[in-house]
Amino acid sequence: MNHLSAAVDWLLDAQTWTGPGQLGARATEHLGYTAVAVLIAAVIALPAGLAIGHTGRGRAAAVLSSGAVRALPTLGLLTLAALAAGVGLVAPLIALVVLAVPSILAGAYAGVESVDRATVDAARAQGMNAWQVLWRVEVPLGLPIVIGGLRLAVLQVTATATLAAYVGAGGLGRPLFLGLRTYDYPMMLGASLVVILLAILLDACFEVVQRLLSYAPGLARTGRLREAR
Amino acid sequence: MIEFERAGKTYPDGTVAVGEFSLRIPSHTTTVLLGSSGCGKTTLLRMVNRMVDPTSGRVLIDGEDVAQEAPVALRRRIGYVMQNSGLLPHRRVIDNIATVPRLTGMPRGAAHERARELMRTVGLDSGLARRYPGQLSGGQQQRVGVARALASDPNILLMDEPFGAVDPLVRMELQRELRRLQTQLRKTILFVTHDIDEALALGDQIVVLQPGGQIAQAGTPEEIVAAPANDFVARFLGLDAGRRSLRARPQPGGGWLVSDAGGRPLGVLPDDPAREGPG
Ligand SMILES: Nc1ncnc2c1ncn2[C@@H]1O[C@H](COP(=O)(O)OP(=O)(O)OP(=O)(O)O)[C@@H](O)[C@H]1O
Ligand SMILES: [Mg+2]
Repeated sequence: MNHLSAAVDWLLDAQTWTGPGQLGARATEHLGYTAVAVLIAAVIALPAGLAIGHTGRGRAAAVLSSGAVRALPTLGLLTLAALAAGVGLVAPLIALVVLAVPSILAGAYAGVESVDRATVDAARAQGMNAWQVLWRVEVPLGLPIVIGGLRLAVLQVTATATLAAYVGAGGLGRPLFLGLRTYDYPMMLGASLVVILLAILLDACFEVVQRLLSYAPGLARTGRLREAR
Repeated sequence: MIEFERAGKTYPDGTVAVGEFSLRIPSHTTTVLLGSSGCGKTTLLRMVNRMVDPTSGRVLIDGEDVAQEAPVALRRRIGYVMQNSGLLPHRRVIDNIATVPRLTGMPRGAAHERARELMRTVGLDSGLARRYPGQLSGGQQQRVGVARALASDPNILLMDEPFGAVDPLVRMELQRELRRLQTQLRKTILFVTHDIDEALALGDQIVVLQPGGQIAQAGTPEEIVAAPANDFVARFLGLDAGRRSLRARPQPGGGWLVSDAGGRPLGVLPDDPAREGPG
């Protein structure tokens, strides 16, 4: 409890937040890493996942490789990447992208698969081509689940982006590791709290988006993502 | 004109849905495919718009093999009403009806104008235009399905048990309206049903199917009722159970009570039907 109140005091101190290398800048970096990693992962995983869901091909391979990748310890991966790419941003970004891809991929194909086959059949029968079926029927109807995948990825990456500091990059991992090394527990705890808060905040944003989508008629229910995995 | 030339379909799993089917469907008439569940009706219907490609034989529209046509273009020029309406749940009624015109590049405003016109044609209240399919009754959904199929003014209309999921009253009303529409639009309609009364109500030509898409009998409703080709057709019509051997008994207050062979009352006949004119 002592540490906790000290951590809160530390967080409430304006000094903690302002200036370069301080918490405000760290949090911004942290958000930036998260955004870039999820963006890169989405660019890779969304097209692949949508293609798998639409064609039904490559699903087994995706499930298997996602499982394998999920089993990789991120810290080990980060160390490997750092050995190859050196210290800096590249290694943590690689590790974070690898972390985010499986969730986004699963969300994308599960989203497309969740769409009633009869609806897809009807769309084809009216004369939609494959591309139109995907963008006008499968993606909009499966959207809540696709977004569910992104939501999970953002949550995972936000929590794990602290590891960037482990190989010399910034982010909220900096004060966290610094506090750990210097036995500055309020700093360490305070930084952790900010990470948690950030994760909750981002998750809440997705919650709002998904709630709004749940008012749109005909769309998939988000509970399905959990079933699909 | 649509022609099936020894068309057959064996699905990849080995199911022979249609053995060998030959039929000529004249333009501007309604042909009903009548048969019990699983006899290959849907498979036959979908051969016309290439949702199913025959594994043997061919299907011709106005002398042209449909296999030569790009499926997407073909489907856009053939109206298709599906068994469970097949509407897009995330699109409003008006956008569902406007689907094909929009696909073929008609501007939104014009497509909506056309959709509103079609809603009137099929007897849908214009107030329903902004609703989603999930907010409609089964009968209303089927009307939307019919309107959508008519949107690009196709020459051919494929209807797969379109009124199967609605109650008998609504069903009869929809049948009546389809007949009215057909006198007006004169499409080439291929209509699938397993309901003999529906077939008799709508068909210029009725094709009674046996499992495997085998034709048990093809003919006008009169021909089929008056001279069923075999026991299968007779049974399908309910002739063997006496459902269509009618008796008339004079009623005390004038007129006749009509019943079937089993004595079940079917209706009343006025004293002089000729003078009253057709109901
Ligand atoms: N995609 C498919 N793969 C394998 N078999 C199929 C497929 N589609 C239909 N069949 C089989 O082909 C046969 C004919 O099916 P079809 O759907 O044409 O029947 P139907 O007359 O329309 O039946 P219903 O009145 O129940 O709609 C059935 O035995 C069915 O199980
Ligand atoms: Mg069928």
